[in-house]
Amino acid sequence: MSRIAARFAQLRADGRAGLVTYLTCGDPDRATFEKLLVRLPKAGADLIEIGMPFSDPMADGPAIQAASLRALRSGMTLAKTLDVLRRFRKTDGDTPVILMGYYNPIYRYGVPQFLKDAKAAGGDGLIVVDLPPEHDDELCLPARAAGLDFVRLATPTSDDRRLPVILNNAGGFLYYVAIAGITGTKSARAEVVAAAVARLRRHTSLPIAVGFGIKTPAQAAEVARVADAAVVGSALVEKIAKNLDKRSKAKPALMPAVLKDVTAFAAGVRKARPRHPARAAQ
Amino acid sequence: MAGPNTYRGGPDDRGLFGIHGGRFVAETLMPLVLEVERAYDDAKRDPTFAAELRYYLEHYVGRPSPLYFAERLTRHCRGAKIYLKREDLNHTGAHKVNNTLGQILLARRMGKRRIIAETGAGQHGVATATVCALFDLPCVVYMGATDIERQKPNVFRMKLLGAEVRPVTSGTATLKDAMNEALRDWVANVDDTYYLIGTVAGPHPYPAMVRDFQTVIGDEVRAQMVKAEGRPPDTLIACVGGGSNAMGLFHPFLDEPDVAMIGVEAAGEGISTGRHAASLNGGMPGVLHGNRSYYLQDDDGQILDTHSISAGLDYPGVGPEHAWLFEQKRVEYVPVTDREALDAFLLLTRLEGIIPALESAHAVAAAAKRAPELPRNHLMVINLSGRGDKDVNTVAATLGVKL
Repeated sequence: MSRIAARFAQLRADGRAGLVTYLTCGDPDRATFEKLLVRLPKAGADLIEIGMPFSDPMADGPAIQAASLRALRSGMTLAKTLDVLRRFRKTDGDTPVILMGYYNPIYRYGVPQFLKDAKAAGGDGLIVVDLPPEHDDELCLPARAAGLDFVRLATPTSDDRRLPVILNNAGGFLYYVAIAGITGTKSARAEVVAAAVARLRRHTSLPIAVGFGIKTPAQAAEVARVADAAVVGSALVEKIAKNLDKRSKAKPALMPAVLKDVTAFAAGVRKARPRHPARAAQ
Repeated sequence: MAGPNTYRGGPDDRGLFGIHGGRFVAETLMPLVLEVERAYDDAKRDPTFAAELRYYLEHYVGRPSPLYFAERLTRHCRGAKIYLKREDLNHTGAHKVNNTLGQILLARRMGKRRIIAETGAGQHGVATATVCALFDLPCVVYMGATDIERQKPNVFRMKLLGAEVRPVTSGTATLKDAMNEALRDWVANVDDTYYLIGTVAGPHPYPAMVRDFQTVIGDEVRAQMVKAEGRPPDTLIACVGGGSNAMGLFHPFLDEPDVAMIGVEAAGEGISTGRHAASLNGGMPGVLHGNRSYYLQDDDGQILDTHSISAGLDYPGVGPEHAWLFEQKRVEYVPVTDREALDAFLLLTRLEGIIPALESAHAVAAAAKRAPELPRNHLMVINLSGRGDKDVNTVAATLGVKL
């Protein structure tokens, strides 16, 4: 069983939803990021998304755009991102890691080589924002063949005709983008998310994670009541931005501040104690 | 190796020209992009759509634009007989309006109530704001802060026309960042908004659709040249940023092997300096803004800053059909530097009394280099894609003149 499947099975057994954290690799610098990364699981991250920085993150809001640029300025590259993951795996063999980003750096790196290196580094899944199912032959199908889950995004614009197309080669879990918009901006109302998740469950048995716009532990808890996981990204990235000095270097308070937030989000998710609709029906 | 049976058949069902093009967009946008494709396919088959477009092109834009024999430029170059396709004489002063009219009519058919656009030099922004005024639709134009600074007259024109110009400060604050921001707006306003892309780039169907709306240029050139000289032209020259004016001129002639085509890229301070915007001559295949094409990028796939004296060519990519024509070697793509473009700007102004846009001046420069090598009966057409009034501040600053 893959790490992602095993983690969601464990969460189901524990009767709770999971917390997925997103941080951009190398933000604000490699050393700080690596220290944060190894501490995320203990702080309460059940799954980890590592952002592969890109110069032109079209689907992201100002917070993650800025994080990407900070990371690139600090010298982060896709090759180094995989190296960071490799080092993380020396200390953590269980926490699933999903690499998230845009296609161009992977395309430049070379798809076969990237898949080989990402798998060898200990990656479990990929989220590549600008590769819709229409281009599954580019990366999705080779990734599946290489043993990496290709995690799909569904959005409020994904109607019942579109969803089967999205789910066709989807793996790992389904990432529901709760708002039509970019990361870190507005938030969706809880009942709207609940209805959306219920609709998604009619189409798939994959675990469902919900993200985009989760800014507080209370919002994470609301999501955790209906979904299998809540994804928190921009809120954590903003905490990094708030703990930088004038030269964009990490202040000493950065790491404890971010980890404290992760713990708070994790507590929100854990105390939500969802009665899983699918479980209740079984 | 033989070329394909036709160079005019693309794109395929997935929007691909060879490996280029496609629909590399976030899932939120997929239903919208597919909706635009369906609506455009439907409009293409509807004779009333074509008739409506024809009406506005004739009575509002002033088409056909003249094909003017540039006698003094020809004499100066001592070679090919040079004609100028006067897109600068269109309403709004550039070829851009051919496309914005087509797309605004489509947006109206689709029932869209809000228009967004990106702009570099401001020509597409002005052309979009113009048709939005004409059809009473709210218009938001994203423009890089750097470009706003160097294209102030166009910014003011857009505002006069009722558009909201939103400055973009992310990234390099130029056209690519304006396009990122427009895509972000579209993702956040999927219900009522139509994204009116200004060049032959972006996700399918935009590259093909914008090309189709611009082929009126090439179609007119054929008829006009046959009338003037009794035969089609021998060489076509146009500048290429995203490449819509070039695509519009070239496309009707692609399957005629005797017609040579030259696309002119902005070499800025020279390709070897790294300060340029020549994506075909200096870039590599990549994926950005919804399509695969050639992009200026580093080894890590990060998109690089570009430079050109001309804001309209200051983009790190090029339309996917150009990428394909480049690989097929059907069109020759040559670099022209800022300096050469500026010289051509001055040359055309003095010789013909026509102040060209700095973008179009790149094409004039390439023509002035090529024409002397060609016989006197060789018919050359330069696409004079826009007029240069908007550039007088830039030119004055470059020449060290205070206005």
